[in-house]
Amino acid sequence: MVNETLMGDEAIALAAVHAGLSGAFAYPGTPATEIMEYLQELAARVAAGTMPGEQFVAQWCLNEKTAYEDALGASFAGRRTLVSMKHVGLNVAADPFVNSGLVKVNGGLVLVVADDPGMHSSQDEQDSRWLADFARVPCFEPANQQEAYDMTRQAFDLSEKYETPVMIRITTRLAHSRSVVSLQPARAMNPIKKPAPGMDWILMPAVARRRWKLVLERQRKLEDLSSGFACNTYTKGDKKLGVITCGLALQYYLENLDDYQVQRGQAPTHLHIGFYPMPTDRIRELYANCDQILVIEEGYPLVERLLRGIIQPGKKIMGKETGEIPYDGELSPDTVRAALGLSPHQGLAVKELIPPGRPPQLCVGCPHADSYNALKEALLGYPLHAVTSDIGCYTLGALPPFNAIETTVDMGASIGMARGASEVGLIPVVAVIGDSTFYHSGLSNLIDVVSHNTDVTVLILDNDTTGMTGAQPTILPSSRLEPVLKGIGVAPEHIRVIRAHKNEHDKNVAVIKEELAFKGPSVVVLVRECLEAIKKARKA
Amino acid sequence: MKYDIVLCGVGGQGGISVSVVIARAAMAEGLKVKQSEVHGMSQRGGEVLAHLRLADKEPASPTIPLGGADLIISFEPLETLRYLPWLNAKTGLVISATKPLINMTGYPDLAKLQAELEALPNKLLFDADAVAREAGNVKAANIVLVGAASRSLPLKEESLKTAIRELFGRKGEAVVAANLKAFDYGRTANS
Repeated sequence: MVNETLMGDEAIALAAVHAGLSGAFAYPGTPATEIMEYLQELAARVAAGTMPGEQFVAQWCLNEKTAYEDALGASFAGRRTLVSMKHVGLNVAADPFVNSGLVKVNGGLVLVVADDPGMHSSQDEQDSRWLADFARVPCFEPANQQEAYDMTRQAFDLSEKYETPVMIRITTRLAHSRSVVSLQPARAMNPIKKPAPGMDWILMPAVARRRWKLVLERQRKLEDLSSGFACNTYTKGDKKLGVITCGLALQYYLENLDDYQVQRGQAPTHLHIGFYPMPTDRIRELYANCDQILVIEEGYPLVERLLRGIIQPGKKIMGKETGEIPYDGELSPDTVRAALGLSPHQGLAVKELIPPGRPPQLCVGCPHADSYNALKEALLGYPLHAVTSDIGCYTLGALPPFNAIETTVDMGASIGMARGASEVGLIPVVAVIGDSTFYHSGLSNLIDVVSHNTDVTVLILDNDTTGMTGAQPTILPSSRLEPVLKGIGVAPEHIRVIRAHKNEHDKNVAVIKEELAFKGPSVVVLVRECLEAIKKARKA
Repeated sequence: MKYDIVLCGVGGQGGISVSVVIARAAMAEGLKVKQSEVHGMSQRGGEVLAHLRLADKEPASPTIPLGGADLIISFEPLETLRYLPWLNAKTGLVISATKPLINMTGYPDLAKLQAELEALPNKLLFDADAVAREAGNVKAANIVLVGAASRSLPLKEESLKTAIRELFGRKGEAVVAANLKAFDYGRTANS
């Protein structure tokens, strides 16, 4: 048996290849980015002949929705496919994801979603398991790197057997931690084989009604499967406490188990959940056998809420809703220790000297800094104005020394919010967005701006990369941006392409001022390559 | 056997390489390793934290419990203080670079910071940048810290050196030699 040290993200990527992957699709987003990065590295090894196997495709896409739809097409073709994204990316892909629950999946279709509890690099800590439940799509939640590998392989089998997409839900800590994984032999890809004749991929109402009934039947079968599934383990112990752990939460529980046994004489009765839908029979068994229940899960209280619909009320159920586990943030060995009623560990005391976290910053010499300096000066003549912005390194323009932007909500929102504010009278309004985010979701908002001739000045900070996630290539090169803007109808004289550099500061201020004064749609493209991207290219 | 290490510093200081070198050396000696990092936004000059757990049986949690760390290796003195709650209060050792990286408002008074570090029970404090410069490679302060840590790590000196050779091998012999030299200088660095 071969062993390899892998990050959670890498274990999933390698497992997909070993499961006979033909095509993988993604948009970068922490903590999921390294799945596609590793897939591309593996694909390059196959191309170079240093890794055995057939050549598979591993591509960055415009956004998570297009990536998911690419995966649907690959499944339609009978091939195995993986699509990966961060949790908020699944909001963008929610339309294809939820509806894909109703089609008769052909080649194995596995969606990996990496949630970010604690919001290390995200705007919220939503829990993707709720979307799996909502779409009636089965979901694996691995507890370590080995399970990430094993469950990814199982997910492809389950997807083909039950003709459903399968979600794998991981969180930051698993995505970005490493341990040794033992690997299984690779298998061949599926041949191209279209679905059997029928209407199982045409979700018009008559078909969708039939498919939905089948999905609901399938859900009952999956619930039965879940109760007996090896991923969901039941361990008898002390009846005073029944503990339910989910995914990675298992590790924090195990970290404290020895101490618990020493202090209480016996381990709790324990149900671990690594696969959903909920193992209803097992949950009823645990509830019947224990005096009270503690639910330890990373994210939102999904199991804690759902189990109340499975059991008869009466016994005490503890978790996030009742405060034993903190509702927000990541779990830790210490929060779980407290929930188990064990005395806290202590290290050296924190000194008063320590200010709160060190805020991240733009790199020294970053073109965004020059863009913000020019924008701030251009806006000096407008006591009332607004600057909306977006998601990327330039979000750091919200912090000192810039304090240059006022909003960051979701990918592409800068242009839509600027348009809405302008239409109701807040003028001038500037939308600041990066090139990758512009293509991801900003372009459609800009079409609204153009079609309504809204008075908005858009600043596209074009650094020719997706910087924040580690400099992945933008879906189109810089050279295509101007033709795209012209093509949707931005007046050519109000497309101003300038170089984001401090040497051009005065000129850039003048250009932005001119476009602020113009009553209509204008786009200023501030061009200079990301320093990280230059460094990365040098290394390669 | 269990040995838990907190690695801390500021984005871009090379903390991940330190984690990789120690992890590889530990695995070569047959230990089980869990290595946890935070990527993404934190890399942009924010604080960076890695947890590294070495044990003879697979550690459960990817992160170290409060008071559980046997060693803090820190690239920056303020970050050293930030992670003290993770250090074993009795036996834990701090190996810290002393040169502050002030890229924020509200950085504490340097004399007070120094006094707090000096008051630590078990410590090795030195200017890792200066030692790296002496060793002829200003970029190798991270490997200087590995060298300093090698005096306390439950690992053989040679395993760590082999890991350094592996990590830097593809960058050529000169880079390997420079990092091995930085390691040796760190190994004999005084507080």
